[in-house]
Amino acid sequence: MPLTSDEITHIAKLARLHITDVEVEQYKQQLGSILEYVQKLQEVNTDDVAELQHALDVTNVFREDVEVTCDPEVRRRAIENFSSRSGDLLEVQAVFEGRTE
Amino acid sequence: MSHPSSETLVRECLKQIEDQNVSLNAVLSVSSTALEEAQQIDVARARGDELGPLAGLPILVKDNILVQGWSNMASSQVLEGHHSAYDATVISRLKAAGAILLGRTNMDQFGMGSSTESSHFGPTKNPWDITRIPGGSSGGSAAAVAAGFAPIALGSDTGGSIRQPSSMCGVVGLKPTYGRVSRYGLISLASSLDQIGPMAHSVEEVMRVMQVIEGKDPKDGTSVALAETSVPELMNPSLKGLTLGIPKEYFLEGMDAEIKRLVMEAVEELERAGAKVKEISMPHVEYALATYYVLMPCEASSNLGRFDGLRYGYHSSGTNLWDTYERSRGEGFGPEVKRRIMLGAYALSAGYYDAYYRKALKVRTLIKKDFDDALKQVDAIVTPTSPSVAWKLGEKFGDPITMYLSDIYTITANLATVPAMSIPCGFSQGLPVGLQIMGRPFDEETLYRIGMAYQAKTDWHKREPV
Repeated sequence: MPLTSDEITHIAKLARLHITDVEVEQYKQQLGSILEYVQKLQEVNTDDVAELQHALDVTNVFREDVEVTCDPEVRRRAIENFSSRSGDLLEVQAVFEGRTE
Repeated sequence: MSHPSSETLVRECLKQIEDQNVSLNAVLSVSSTALEEAQQIDVARARGDELGPLAGLPILVKDNILVQGWSNMASSQVLEGHHSAYDATVISRLKAAGAILLGRTNMDQFGMGSSTESSHFGPTKNPWDITRIPGGSSGGSAAAVAAGFAPIALGSDTGGSIRQPSSMCGVVGLKPTYGRVSRYGLISLASSLDQIGPMAHSVEEVMRVMQVIEGKDPKDGTSVALAETSVPELMNPSLKGLTLGIPKEYFLEGMDAEIKRLVMEAVEELERAGAKVKEISMPHVEYALATYYVLMPCEASSNLGRFDGLRYGYHSSGTNLWDTYERSRGEGFGPEVKRRIMLGAYALSAGYYDAYYRKALKVRTLIKKDFDDALKQVDAIVTPTSPSVAWKLGEKFGDPITMYLSDIYTITANLATVPAMSIPCGFSQGLPVGLQIMGRPFDEETLYRIGMAYQAKTDWHKREPV
């Protein structure tokens, strides 16, 4: 049950991944065979079965609403990881410029 | 006999790394301050200062656990140039306990793999046979402990990534109960499945490290406060009063006969120590792999959204912001990572969400119920860790399904959130085989007890690769 080239291109776009034509061909087969394998789940009767939404049986983990400042050393190191910066700000290309969709 | 100095211990580890890492490729970088830290511990010890419970002990760290200032990359090009801004909670706890963080270990990119072959830094080799894989994804940590690069290493386990390489390299590895160890500072793969855990030669060492790293952390809302472990009680070599379950679904026709024989011999050893054995059934286990290969890629595709090429790591400039995202991610992520992101994006996309993701969450409930029911009848469940011994490098690479099948015995514990440990139980074709013991949530104590009783009677964990 291989996927089509259009499906692969669409998923890559959703996942913000640039992929080559060669990769499109590989993923058609590989994703298709994995999806075929996981079809096995359809055999299981899950009527009236709840989804396991949380690995632990805990809800609403609260903390005091107090301000905690960032360790200046952690802050300095985080900023140094930016690909491009203007002072201490992360500099990026325009978000809406030239977008057609 | 006097305690060997920490400096001696660290020097021995560094020597092993220097001599053997060229062929094994288990360690990616060594801390430049380790020796100095060891000397300081020795001075403090001589002075009579009060020291932490792991003072002077060298520990290696999987490349997806952040250590401030280290160039952690989860062994993926997409984090090239990244320097960790802060310590993971397990790391700050190890530092406070006096441990010496020795270096980073190799892994499958982002933990996606069962052989350590998908690392950007090339594969790690198995110390028992360097033409074979060490298992994965914590293959660097497992190989390093087996080769004497450090007595202890940290790994992470999402579907077997601590236990399967521990099994294949002949060491002990524990995947704790979900919530027992803070995930803060672990580069996420699948947040409802991930846990950090220790790998070492003995169950006792694993337990000692757990006592330092476990417990509630305000920075991880899913971490849980624990009662203190009573160590003397666990040292009891008798297993009287314990019942072990052997699930028939894990011992199917066609399984590796030698692995079955070694695991059943280990079960007999546990019986001789006083444990009772009972056959049990877990009917939904056969759907675990399919469940996992829906949930894990879904969670991963969401978690890996943070790698945008802007805030850290690999950056490839495009004509606009969208193009920059696509290029940075397309060039930075390896093939298996892209495959899983694509799979997750597909399963979560409009029209498929119910059929894949929602369905898998329901089957996960049934698998967890199988474990809950079984662990009402028995105190622990015993199985092989891996369906095979370490295979040849390249043998399964490029064939995703065959590779995924090697995790068939381990992924259930992650889905059911229960603790699971692999301990060496013999050799097949000269290669290590692991016994997996799974327990009730937050009952690692029973696993330690069984493991320590077994290791008191056997010496598989003392064998060393030549």
